[in-house]
Amino acid sequence: MSSAEPGPARAIGERAPLGSPSGEGESRHPSLGISLLVSELSVIYRRPRTWALLAALAAVPILIAVAVRLTDDGPQPGRGPPFLDSITNNGLFVGFTALVVCIPLFLPLTVGVVAGDTIAGEAGHGTLRYLLIVPAGRVRLLLVKYVGAAIFCLSATLTIVLAGTVIGFALFPLGDVTLLSGDTIGPGESTLRLLLVAGYVTVSLLGLSAVGLFISTLTDVPVGAMAATIVIAVASQVVGALPQLAWLHPWLLSNHWLGFGDLLRQPISWDSFGANALLQLGYIALFGALAYGRFTTKDVLS
Amino acid sequence: MTVAGTGLAIETRGLSKRFGHQDAVDDVDLTVPAGTVFGFLGPNGSGKTTTIRMLLGLASATRGEATVLGQELPGALSSVLPRIGALVEGPAFYPFLSGTANLMRLDSADRYASGSTRRSRVDAALDRVGLTHAAGKRVKAYSLGMKQRLGLASALLSPRELLVLDEPTNGLDPQGTREVRNLIRSFADDGATVFVSSHLLSEVEQMCTHAAIMSAGRLVAQGGLDELRRVGDAHVTVVTPDAERARRRLAAFGFVTDEPAEGSGRVRATVAVEAAAAPESIVAALVADGVRVRGFTVEQVTLEERFVALTGEGFDVVR
Ligand SMILES: Nc1ncnc2c1ncn2[C@@H]1O[C@H](COP(=O)(O)OP(=O)(O)O)[C@@H](O)[C@H]1O
Ligand SMILES: [Mg+2]
Repeated sequence: MSSAEPGPARAIGERAPLGSPSGEGESRHPSLGISLLVSELSVIYRRPRTWALLAALAAVPILIAVAVRLTDDGPQPGRGPPFLDSITNNGLFVGFTALVVCIPLFLPLTVGVVAGDTIAGEAGHGTLRYLLIVPAGRVRLLLVKYVGAAIFCLSATLTIVLAGTVIGFALFPLGDVTLLSGDTIGPGESTLRLLLVAGYVTVSLLGLSAVGLFISTLTDVPVGAMAATIVIAVASQVVGALPQLAWLHPWLLSNHWLGFGDLLRQPISWDSFGANALLQLGYIALFGALAYGRFTTKDVLS
Repeated sequence: MTVAGTGLAIETRGLSKRFGHQDAVDDVDLTVPAGTVFGFLGPNGSGKTTTIRMLLGLASATRGEATVLGQELPGALSSVLPRIGALVEGPAFYPFLSGTANLMRLDSADRYASGSTRRSRVDAALDRVGLTHAAGKRVKAYSLGMKQRLGLASALLSPRELLVLDEPTNGLDPQGTREVRNLIRSFADDGATVFVSSHLLSEVEQMCTHAAIMSAGRLVAQGGLDELRRVGDAHVTVVTPDAERARRRLAAFGFVTDEPAEGSGRVRATVAVEAAAAPESIVAALVADGVRVRGFTVEQVTLEERFVALTGEGFDVVR
């Protein structure tokens, strides 16, 4: 369109000299989703609720450490969560213990809240229609929402590890760590292993995030999507505990959730990490496709 | 890429949307000329928002086609939407973010908006709707009127050729309503087409050049405001002892006379407004025929009566 053309096809706004938006689409360079992703993260992390979730997770290692410290004779070996009896000897174990404690419920709970909120939350606020009108693009928005939820998973596990490490250093001595294979490693390498386990747990949560994303495209009520996602995480573990359903176990979302022991051997065995990653990828592919199918064809009436 | 081809900003053919068993929008042929301020008028539940959702690609049409800014929907959505600013079914924002942060968020979702000018464009949009002083407040603390303005600001972040505003004055006080009306006029002065829905006739009469009237999902009338005023019926009443002769004369002018009321000395007749002759020439013809005209009145249906006649009266939602 030449600007000399008469008629009403002129645009409003002070940027008019930059060219009217009726310019051919090809001549304008659409950005990738980076600024949308940054904005998504800033919405997640500027939200008081997110910090409440992370604070609740951080409270777990603190609670464990304080409880152990206040008990005179220390925990009985072999009772309570794994690693609990090692805490008094080594503060590094606080983070491990807290992760193990959080895996069955607390982490799925927080991830369910964030993943279930992805699309349904925008629909509930009514902001979904405005994002689509901008247009953010439905596929692009779905991708950004998933990546945002995945980054939250990482920040959730890192919060536990970080809070556990800090409180562990504060209340307990620091020492060598004896691995499951019997080898002993120093604090530096132990910290690395701790981060590896955090990575493993993060990967474990990615499938659940995809499930939550899909459920989130089904409703305009975020609480419903959150609850459904959490129920699925719990149900998966219940089924996993029933020997009668053993044939189903390899396909369960939570099948490898507690299988990070391989990362605590010398040399490290990556088998369970790989199996877990593959299973989670399967869930991401399946529920990502379902979410795509649903969201790209859905009438947004919220 | 042009609207100049047809001169239409929006054109729909048989556009329909069915929810379950209900035709929320039924066979709508909308024609919105470019450069107009177009009122989309209809009582609550008449299908205005649903039509707008289809025009913006939020909902798919059950039947029918739509062309917006010269491009066929829904195929061309991704290239049409950047040229449109819109407000649908009231404003919606993240309550825990400030007005500025909300607009920044929306703008960063726009693939074609430049990041380097983002802040200045957001500030300019806030300034244009008079929200500069409340820009840093969380939207949670905004009144409905402030949210409505923020919604308008969000439609102005980039230059737009078409503004689709769904009931933009809902929830505003009279002062706010007047300001929004002025804003809409300024958009039009800038050359944009403004498609604005409302359930209030008075509002449409005050700010629009064209209008379409919806009733129970159907489009019952559309055109220029003057044109809409012209359609409908005009009535004349002649007070005369020569009723029979008057009736014959009026029939020659195209009037259909009502059933004569016995001995009332009055003749009431009706004709379509566009076919009505000038009152003075009717009186002259009557007098020339020897009709003793003792009284002559002309009533023309107002747009308001017409709106009520088309859409039904009263407060009840039709469906
Ligand atoms: N999500 C929906 N599901 C079912 N019916 C709907 C939905 N949205 C709107 N409707 C119905 O469609 C009709 C038109 O609604 P709407 O377009 O919102 O009217 P308006 O905007 O003119 O007030 C109404 O009868 C309403 O009940
Ligand atoms: Mg409406």
